[in-house]
Amino acid sequence: MNLFEYEAKQEFSTYSIPIPQGTLVTNSNQTAQAIAKLKPPYMIKAQVLVGGRGKAGGIIPAKSAKEAEEAVAKLLGAQIKGLPVKQVLIEEKLPIRKELYAGITIDRFNRSYVALASASGGIEIEEIAGKTPKAIIRTLIDPQLGLRSFHAMAIAKQFGYSGNQLAELAAIIQKLYQVCVDNDAELVEINPLAETETGNFVALDARMVIDDNALFRHPEYAERGAEELSSQEALALKNNLAYVKLDGDIGVVGNGAGLVMATLDLLNFFGGKPANFLDLGGGTTIEAITAALQIVFADPDTKAILVNILGGITHCDDVARGIVEAANEAKAKKPLVVRLVGTNQQEGQKILSDAGISVLDSMEEAARQAVEITRGEKR
Amino acid sequence: MGIIINAGTRAIVQGITGKQGSYHTKLMLDYGTKIVAGVVPGKGGAVVNGVPVYDSVKETVEAYSPNASIIFVPAPFAQDAVLEAIANKIKTIVVVTEHLPIKDTINVLAYARQSHVTVIGPNTPGIITPRECKLGIMPANIFTPGSVGLVSRSGTLTYEIAAGLTGKGLGQSTCVGVGGDPIVGLNFIEALELFKEDSKTKAVVLIGEIGGNMEELTADYVAKERYPKPVVAYVAGRFAPSGKRMGHAGAIIMGKQGTAQSKIEAFTNAGVQVAEKPSDVAALLAEELLP
Repeated sequence: MNLFEYEAKQEFSTYSIPIPQGTLVTNSNQTAQAIAKLKPPYMIKAQVLVGGRGKAGGIIPAKSAKEAEEAVAKLLGAQIKGLPVKQVLIEEKLPIRKELYAGITIDRFNRSYVALASASGGIEIEEIAGKTPKAIIRTLIDPQLGLRSFHAMAIAKQFGYSGNQLAELAAIIQKLYQVCVDNDAELVEINPLAETETGNFVALDARMVIDDNALFRHPEYAERGAEELSSQEALALKNNLAYVKLDGDIGVVGNGAGLVMATLDLLNFFGGKPANFLDLGGGTTIEAITAALQIVFADPDTKAILVNILGGITHCDDVARGIVEAANEAKAKKPLVVRLVGTNQQEGQKILSDAGISVLDSMEEAARQAVEITRGEKR
Repeated sequence: MGIIINAGTRAIVQGITGKQGSYHTKLMLDYGTKIVAGVVPGKGGAVVNGVPVYDSVKETVEAYSPNASIIFVPAPFAQDAVLEAIANKIKTIVVVTEHLPIKDTINVLAYARQSHVTVIGPNTPGIITPRECKLGIMPANIFTPGSVGLVSRSGTLTYEIAAGLTGKGLGQSTCVGVGGDPIVGLNFIEALELFKEDSKTKAVVLIGEIGGNMEELTADYVAKERYPKPVVAYVAGRFAPSGKRMGHAGAIIMGKQGTAQSKIEAFTNAGVQVAEKPSDVAALLAEELLP
């Protein structure tokens, strides 16, 4: 779960990581009152969960209260990279000497958290990694030790700071690790972490991604609800289905992430284009398979549907009943290619044949047929 | 032989009274796996599929000296269950549980490494040494004994490819799923190390997918070690978009990192044959193994 900048900054603030003075507004009428508490100049920042917000016009500097009011009015209700702006953060703009980067994330291979820091902040970390990988200081964190002050000092020292500045920067990096661990975050990032002209450090921007699997420990985020979802995405979420919309015309349903990814690859191999990724997961119920089929049937982009099931825990007869139910209910009739093998295979295949749905044993053959249908080579 | 588990494995099931735990305990018993006891705190004294249930791992250690545990405990309680197994020096721990928070996985694996315990998973279908022992949820009928070692990040795709191997008369020494999470215990390199020492294994199949860099590092290992047995790989997700989780928590391309193309290129450069389609795995192996 991605947090908005203002949410991440609130969290930083409770850990005494310095942030600019600011106020959130959701309505242009609130602007005047919000600005009265702040000193000019201002930064007006659209709260949308997308990278590259600044370049897309989502961040506007304002010298005066009048400019700030105009900027808020312009951003509220506008779209940044296709996302509607419902909240705007008004902050005091600080005089900056230098922009750093500090973040904590997961190191998959080393099975630990890792602290990342760089003196070239202000651009995305992936970009720094691509251009100047040596500009990133990586510090693996032993989970049994955590990130101690001597680790944080060593990072800050590499930036060339000393005295109070060294201690201040190290404290921020150490607190950032605490924010990460306490919130079950997969990523916390301050970019840029600014050194102001007074020599202090302030988190100018903030990113936090919470581990979805840890939301049971964080009701404050769980209750906040999902991001903007399409009707298909909402139905998938409700039924615990992993769904990703793609740009092709063959709807795909399968069980198991790897098997569905391999199915998409096969469609491409045969010259077709999948309209989505949809993984039923293990031990599927009739309700879940029916919902899955409803999702792909309802997608106006799909011209044909490919179902690929290798039943282990999943029972083929349950899958077949779900397919028949969904196919009967579907408003738009679309050609259906089903590959169904595994537990209770014969029973499942019979249910489909009886309903007039043809069924195959090979996933390659099924993928090939689905591609032929969408290319109009076979009906 | 085979790796990690064999006919001598004596396992306990943590979370045996749950729906998944009891169902798969029956299937594992049917396969011939020696399940000596189950553990569910507060359910001591119960019996599931003829298996006695205890309140703690410690009691089962005293009574049966198990050397493996398979864990079906729900995610919020799984961390404690794995730590309990490690604290009791259970040598091999298979964590089937899905949706474990990453922080819990990191904690558990640090303790496991320090205690010299092998953790497989989390979010794994488990491990099977055909006709000897199955600790997992995979459909057993598609596996047959033989000389191919298989290690995978996926469940059903493993079944697909294993069924293809079996169909071509290529049996398996051991098949192990490392799990679909971003952070897992046993990894490809460690599995390859074990397959290298296993006299029964003549070739190894790696089934990778998008996300992370385990495949790239494994390719480096194969090249550097001049790995002595043929390795064939398949990588799923060639057409997956960036920034989206494809079913598995770990299957996500971040920016330009973790693409199938990068993994395929690394494998190819390391001399690992990469199958274009799942069915090509068996064909490539047949070339290597059946002269």
